[in-house]
Amino acid sequence: MSVRVAESLEEVCSLLAADPATSLLAGGTDFMVEVNYNHRRPSSVVVIDRVPELTGWRRHNGRVELGAAMTYAEMEHPLFAAYVPALAQAARTVGSPQIRNAGTLGGNLATASPAGDTLPPLAALDARITICSVRGTREVGLDELIVGPKQNTLAPDEVIRSVTVPVVDGPQEFLKVGTRNAMVISVATVALVLDRARRSVHLALGSVAPVPVRATEAEEWIAGVVDWDAPEVPLDDVLTRFGELAAAASVPIDDHRSTADYRRHAVAVMARRALARVLS
Amino acid sequence: MSEDRSVAGEATLHYTLHVNGSDRDVADAWLGESLLYVLRERLGLPGTKNACDQGECGSCTVLADGLPVCSCMMLAAAAVGRDIVTVEGLGDDGELTDVQQAFVDHGAVQCGFCTPGLIVAADHLLSVNPEPTELEIREAISGNLCRCTGYGRVIAAIAGVAEERAASTG
Ligand SMILES: Cc1cc2nc3c(=O)[nH]c(=O)nc-3n(C[C@H](O)[C@H](O)[C@H](O)COP(=O)(O)OP(=O)(O)OC[C@H]3O[C@@H](n4cnc5c(N)ncnc54)[C@H](O)[C@@H]3O)c2cc1C
Ligand code: FES
Ligand code: FES
Repeated sequence: MSVRVAESLEEVCSLLAADPATSLLAGGTDFMVEVNYNHRRPSSVVVIDRVPELTGWRRHNGRVELGAAMTYAEMEHPLFAAYVPALAQAARTVGSPQIRNAGTLGGNLATASPAGDTLPPLAALDARITICSVRGTREVGLDELIVGPKQNTLAPDEVIRSVTVPVVDGPQEFLKVGTRNAMVISVATVALVLDRARRSVHLALGSVAPVPVRATEAEEWIAGVVDWDAPEVPLDDVLTRFGELAAAASVPIDDHRSTADYRRHAVAVMARRALARVLS
Repeated sequence: MSEDRSVAGEATLHYTLHVNGSDRDVADAWLGESLLYVLRERLGLPGTKNACDQGECGSCTVLADGLPVCSCMMLAAAAVGRDIVTVEGLGDDGELTDVQQAFVDHGAVQCGFCTPGLIVAADHLLSVNPEPTELEIREAISGNLCRCTGYGRVIAAIAGVAEERAASTG
């Protein structure tokens, strides 16, 4: 039984390899809820919040690389927000200042909640996720990492090292519906990325399916409607159609937080609002 | 949670935390104990409160390396090497800080359960943002639930400290 504050990625990987029952601990904001309520009794823990290879972010070859232990508070920083605005906006809506000072990107990915707020921006940006173990390094897309509600494909000896996203030429939006402004788990979210260079629109939806989904029909349809040489706010019927196609991509359920009908409605409203904003 | 959470026969941990400027030994601890539990039950620092044990209420707010966090969401043994400040560590020798005095003067303390967490959050806000707007004050305390005051007096107390500090430094 031990708690080790790891000092390098190599140390994390070898501790996991030596004892695959070891739990990784980053910000603790999902882990400790389970421990405090006796839903989890860890036998040994590796603390990864200070591992240099996992902290901070950097620009690299036209992409931004985010360490898995990067916190929400760090994602909110204006310098980071300038490169990945949708993720910064999503981070800004998470929990409370206290939660944002501790909670990390890697924890949100590993927890794989359908309501994880970083997931729609990462889906919209076609993020690539780098996973390490003593056996080597592999890179996967979000849909290969998160395969169901709270289900990830990490092996017991693996750790998420980093996430890379492209720096996109164009505005981005993240919108979230919940019962209040602070400390709220999403009822529905949308992340929209406008890519002027590639003349494309990416739209991802959160909390309205077992895993984050891309509204590909809405994306393809709107890319053909926008006048890319002189983009302007679309007419009302275009916005409405975009909202309908977005809602059709969702597969929501009724639960204690909301109903499927309301979630579909919220997706339609947020999708049209996000589109109007990025084109204004 | 105040019951002993270790199970007979389970190995225990021994580590040192840095709290309010001193090194504090923690012995015979169960691995899964939160910082909140250790502060209250092992280190005799009951100022930090426990109302939810799940990060929702902010009554357990402490500073870790200068940032407000929920001590119930921090594994105590993972806080080794961090500089922890609790509400007890904000003032000198039992004197009230200006933030604490303002809470008293403005009637921002009713049952008082949320107060230590709010004081830590407010103290931090004013240290990084000496002249916060009302919106910034609301944002800074958005992770602290108060069931008594309705927040108006809390916000007035924090705004009052900012004004007084600005006036006294000219
Ligand atoms: C009060 C409160 C409010 C919240 N609000 C929101 C919200 O608004 N939106 C939202 O999305 N979430 C929210 N959450 C959930 C939580 O804060 C996030 O999911 C957070 O990102 C978890 O990160 P962490 O670093 O705290 O993870 P931890 O609790 O440290 O770890 C969670 C899990 O991930 C694993 N893990 C962590 N890092 C890695 C890694 N690098 N590689 C592999 N596995 C890893 C751990 O082993 C553990 O199983 C909230 C939580 C609380 C307590
Ligand atoms: S006791 Fe920690 S947030 Fe409520
Ligand atoms: S004074 Fe009672 S909860 Fe705030």
